[in-house]
Amino acid sequence: MNITINTKDGVPIYRQIANQIRYMVASKLLKPGEEITAVRTLALALNVTPNTVVKAYDELESSGVIFKRRGAGTYISDQQSPLADRERRRIIEARIDTLLAEAHQLDFNADDLLDLIRERQLQLGETKQIENKGTEKTDE
Amino acid sequence: MSELVVKVHNLSRSFGKTKALDCIDFQASRGKVYGLVGANGAGKTTLIKHLLGLLRAKSGSVRIFGEDPVKQPERVLKHIGYLSEDRDIPDWMSINELMRYTSAYHGGWDPSYADELLDTFSLDPTKKIKALSRGMRAQVALICAVAHRPDLLILDEPSSGLDTVVRNDILNAVVRTISEDGRTVIFSSHLLEEVERLSDHVTMIHQGRVTLDSSLEMINKNHHYSSIRFSERQHALPKLEDAVSISGEGRFWSVIHQGSVDSFGSTLQNIGGVIVESRHATLEEVFVYKIGREDLRDHTQITEGSE
Repeated sequence: MNITINTKDGVPIYRQIANQIRYMVASKLLKPGEEITAVRTLALALNVTPNTVVKAYDELESSGVIFKRRGAGTYISDQQSPLADRERRRIIEARIDTLLAEAHQLDFNADDLLDLIRERQLQLGETKQIENKGTEKTDE
Repeated sequence: MSELVVKVHNLSRSFGKTKALDCIDFQASRGKVYGLVGANGAGKTTLIKHLLGLLRAKSGSVRIFGEDPVKQPERVLKHIGYLSEDRDIPDWMSINELMRYTSAYHGGWDPSYADELLDTFSLDPTKKIKALSRGMRAQVALICAVAHRPDLLILDEPSSGLDTVVRNDILNAVVRTISEDGRTVIFSSHLLEEVERLSDHVTMIHQGRVTLDSSLEMINKNHHYSSIRFSERQHALPKLEDAVSISGEGRFWSVIHQGSVDSFGSTLQNIGGVIVESRHATLEEVFVYKIGREDLRDHTQITEGSE
């Protein structure tokens, strides 16, 4: 598991660990039933106290993201779909909030924003099509 | 399970006219990591020396595993591993000799663990201590502190003056010690990033007094850093409830405050300000306000440990 710790932004370390694992589950980097790094191993890799990793895992376990098998490791839970949906939503909502705050600062309202999103999407779509055509041509 | 490993009660100590420790209360329970932070000369080393029985409590009391470390040194010290700030190990010995010497007075010495650490640090055991670099010396001193698998590990500035690689080795060995059930670690450090990573509990000492003594989680929960904005320029902000540090100018200010963001937001509303963004304060930000800048200016240096 690739987890990075940042002590500059004031987010508690256990929460950083939990959030990154949540993200990996939501983005399917970690799959249901997959075993995750043992507490001790992760603590050593990150140079953090094992109690912090325990706290992160406890939080994930109580929200159903992972489960522990006694003496046999920690795994990603099977029934992920409703949870993963909620999690995906939570992540994207956080991004939207930031976007809205920034838009507000720059004097764009929500309708402007929606128009802009569609416009950007079209532009990105076109670039993609051009790219695809480009590759088709070289294929010929 | 709140088994107390260390119990310091009302400990005071003066060196000449300087109060090095002033009514200190400090407790450590089993299985946790305690970070001692404070500026140079704050009293951290003096406190550690009392825990080890190197200094006798003149007023107040010190109990380690329920015993007085001055009266029962052998019963207390056999459970303790200690890495001193100046890594005072005998220069004239070779690493091998030092290992044999240290193992002789520590019953629980684990030779295979010591060898494993020597190997990890790529140390040549035939080398004389005086021929070692600063980093290697710290590694050797660390092995002496942990190879008997102590119940209580005390480290005084374990990574001061070390490069990143050696620092990492040292921190890793500390994490390994903690990972073994029920071991307690107390370490002092001025590197707050390190304290934030390693500790469960933070004790801040300032001019011989405990100014903050709390779990890292509570410190995090209770302190926020908020960027705020006013519609009009402000020359100075009025005294705000919960605010502990204010900086900024004109329409934009940042405030470190206690309590919830919501309650601070409503305090702010009364004077026409809004919170633009809020996050938890870092340990460093909390430290700076607790210790205060004036202290960095007036630098009353206490020569710790000298009488």
